[in-house]
Amino acid sequence: MPFDIYNFTSFTQWIDSSLHNAMSPFWTALTEMVIIGVLVLMFYAVVGLFLVYAERKVCAFMQNRLGPNRVGPFGIFQTIADLVKLLFVELIPIKNADGFLFNLAPFIVIIAGFMAIAAIPFANGLHAIDMNIGVLYVIAVSSMGVIGVLLAGWSSNNKYSLIGAMRSGAQIISYELSVGLALITIVILAGSMQLSVIVEAQRDGWFIFKGHIPAFIAFIIFLISSTAETNRGPFDLAEAESELTAGYHTEYSGIKFAFFFLAEYMNMFIVASIAATIFLGGWMPFHVGPWVGFNHIMDFIPPFVWYIGKTFFVIFLMMWFKWTFPRLRIDQLLTLEWKYLLPINLVNVLIMAFLVLMGWHF
Amino acid sequence: MASNQIMFILFSAMIIVFSVLTVTSRKILRAAVYLLFVLVSTSGLYFLLNYQFLAAVQLTLYAGGIVVLIIFSILLTSHISQKFEPYELKKSVFSAIAVVAGAVLSIITILDYSFSATSEAAKEVDMRLIGKSLLSVEYDGYVLPFEVISVLLLAAMVAAIVVAKKSGPEKSISPKLNQE
Repeated sequence: MPFDIYNFTSFTQWIDSSLHNAMSPFWTALTEMVIIGVLVLMFYAVVGLFLVYAERKVCAFMQNRLGPNRVGPFGIFQTIADLVKLLFVELIPIKNADGFLFNLAPFIVIIAGFMAIAAIPFANGLHAIDMNIGVLYVIAVSSMGVIGVLLAGWSSNNKYSLIGAMRSGAQIISYELSVGLALITIVILAGSMQLSVIVEAQRDGWFIFKGHIPAFIAFIIFLISSTAETNRGPFDLAEAESELTAGYHTEYSGIKFAFFFLAEYMNMFIVASIAATIFLGGWMPFHVGPWVGFNHIMDFIPPFVWYIGKTFFVIFLMMWFKWTFPRLRIDQLLTLEWKYLLPINLVNVLIMAFLVLMGWHF
Repeated sequence: MASNQIMFILFSAMIIVFSVLTVTSRKILRAAVYLLFVLVSTSGLYFLLNYQFLAAVQLTLYAGGIVVLIIFSILLTSHISQKFEPYELKKSVFSAIAVVAGAVLSIITILDYSFSATSEAAKEVDMRLIGKSLLSVEYDGYVLPFEVISVLLLAAMVAAIVVAKKSGPEKSISPKLNQE
């Protein structure tokens, strides 16, 4: 990379070494953990608030309305006002609910999101933990969020919640397979599961271009199945408001409801940033193999801007789905996964392996 | 005390406490959640050993797969007001004896093994090595167990279909449901 000013490696190493000089290894590790935790927490809150605003604006745009426009210029403070309201709302205790599980459920959903965000590379060197099994780790922790949804539905002692939770469980267990296989397709192309290596391998072209047809099919499948995995429309059966009031979080109020609400948007962000990292090159600028001058110009744009731009492009696609497609029925949903996506995906993995074997990718 | 030791003690304490709670809880879904905590803490131990692959597999298969299936089947079958009756004294005593015997056996085996202490840093396990040894037919290859397990899985899947399949005259009705 010719522009070292955009490389955060030396900056993070400088923080690490100066902390090491100041205190013992144990306290250094603890301080670093606290710093990263606070940063991730702030990022989580800011992105969550922004995404709620973005969703309302995109929805309004699709429906030919203005959307929030009273609080602040273009209504940008609307979600902050909503958050303050949610903080003051009374927490309604449920009489015959299982209190322990009822209170635990939102935390499981949030923690699963936190653990996934730790493995995502935001920019060169801005990467909390770079494991050699990064992709597998992300699949593993994001599959834990459904437990929170199931617990919330069961412990509320409410029919709507229970039905919502069961729909959500069936949906997420099925679509997890497609998410995993779509990512495996690219892992075959990259030859590694480490997210930093995957990003680095896209220096001379993003994987969606390098792997041409199978990579593009994998990207489409990943978009569909990850939309389903985050319980978003057109797959939002778990909280279908016209049939189940609000699905699994019907009984939640105040800040506990806000946790679920925030987690839904954060899951969308995580899924979109995985799509951006695996298929669209993460923080890597748009490079075309031998065009040195063009690549050089592209390097001027900071990697973080590339990363955020790609992520929000994928998020916009997902919002577009939500506000244009009608909701699926549960049998259609399961048919789509088991009869179409999964077989296509399995064949796609084979095609990709064959392509890599023959060296037909770019 | 090093941070490794603190984390080890924390994880082990969580495993022990939640294991006991899993078998003593009288609410079935709570027992499942305690089991989830046990499995997640076990994967924490694997992370501590720097064996990230096994840790992630533990999270995917046990926490994300098996516990989700257990919770899902509880959702389908049991109501929130259901509680287990406390067990008879005779049953509890015999289970306690079985547990103590098992614990003694494991502890004796562990004490019998001579662990050699080392100050080397933990090595990272290469993913390629795991993949190659899983499909290797050499002396330390795992291709035979791998294939045997896949045959077992196939048999389980065929069995599940046979159990779930309707037989007799109803057969003609069932495919129509999916056509819309």
